[in-house]
Amino acid sequence: MSPILFWLFALVMLVFGAAVVINRNPIASALSLVICFMGLSALFMSLDAFFIGIIQVLVYAGAVMVLFLFIIMLLDLRAEVRRKTNLVAVVGGAAVALALFVQIYSVVGQLSAAQKTFPPLASAKTDDVHNVGLLLFTNYNLPFQIIGVLVLVATIGVIVLSKRELR
Amino acid sequence: MVTLGHYLIVSGMLFTIGFAGVLLRRNIIIIFMSLELMLNAANLSLVAFSRFRLTAAGMPDYNAQVFVFFIITVAAAEVAVGLAIIVALYRARQTTHVEDVCSLKF
Repeated sequence: MSPILFWLFALVMLVFGAAVVINRNPIASALSLVICFMGLSALFMSLDAFFIGIIQVLVYAGAVMVLFLFIIMLLDLRAEVRRKTNLVAVVGGAAVALALFVQIYSVVGQLSAAQKTFPPLASAKTDDVHNVGLLLFTNYNLPFQIIGVLVLVATIGVIVLSKRELR
Repeated sequence: MVTLGHYLIVSGMLFTIGFAGVLLRRNIIIIFMSLELMLNAANLSLVAFSRFRLTAAGMPDYNAQVFVFFIITVAAAEVAVGLAIIVALYRARQTTHVEDVCSLKF
């Protein structure tokens, strides 16, 4: 993938990611998050992870964001009324986030493997659905079944939580 | 040339944006969306490591992609449960603002 496309998709992802945090209207935030996930999916595809890129669009930009928009619609949320913000908390939060980024930057800067460029693949065809599926049903069979139980528990939990009389 | 470091820095930036959202915003739904951003930043660095560390056969390391698959599944379950809790909270208190829910605050 050419560097121009990498920077384009990274910029789209970061700008719309920031828009999620900055927007005061929850619907605008949710739609920015969809665009952010699209950019992220393009970055996955630039890393030859086509299967992950596709399920990123299907599961996140499709199912999860529809769930978010549905809840925003159900609760009838409007743009937030501007409340008195605690300036110390805002400055402190931004400073902590900035300190985290400086730490990540310095750790990545010291990592010698960070200078690696794209190693060429053995063949142009990556059979990633086949390979991921093979790993899921051999090496990772037990975690896969545990995930199945987890999803079942989550389903039951959601039904219990959304019953009208919660005791 | 795009290196592994570029992907890691972009992933770190996305994580920082999500982290700032959790710290700065007071709307519980926006906080939840920021959590999703942080999970996806972790996914991006995992996939980058998978592509830049080739196996002996010269293919990407698919263990990391299986891990990303698990993260996406758990995140989807977490979103469903979390949004159900938000709906239950809204029924009880008619608010999605975290500062209105402070019964446990010391």
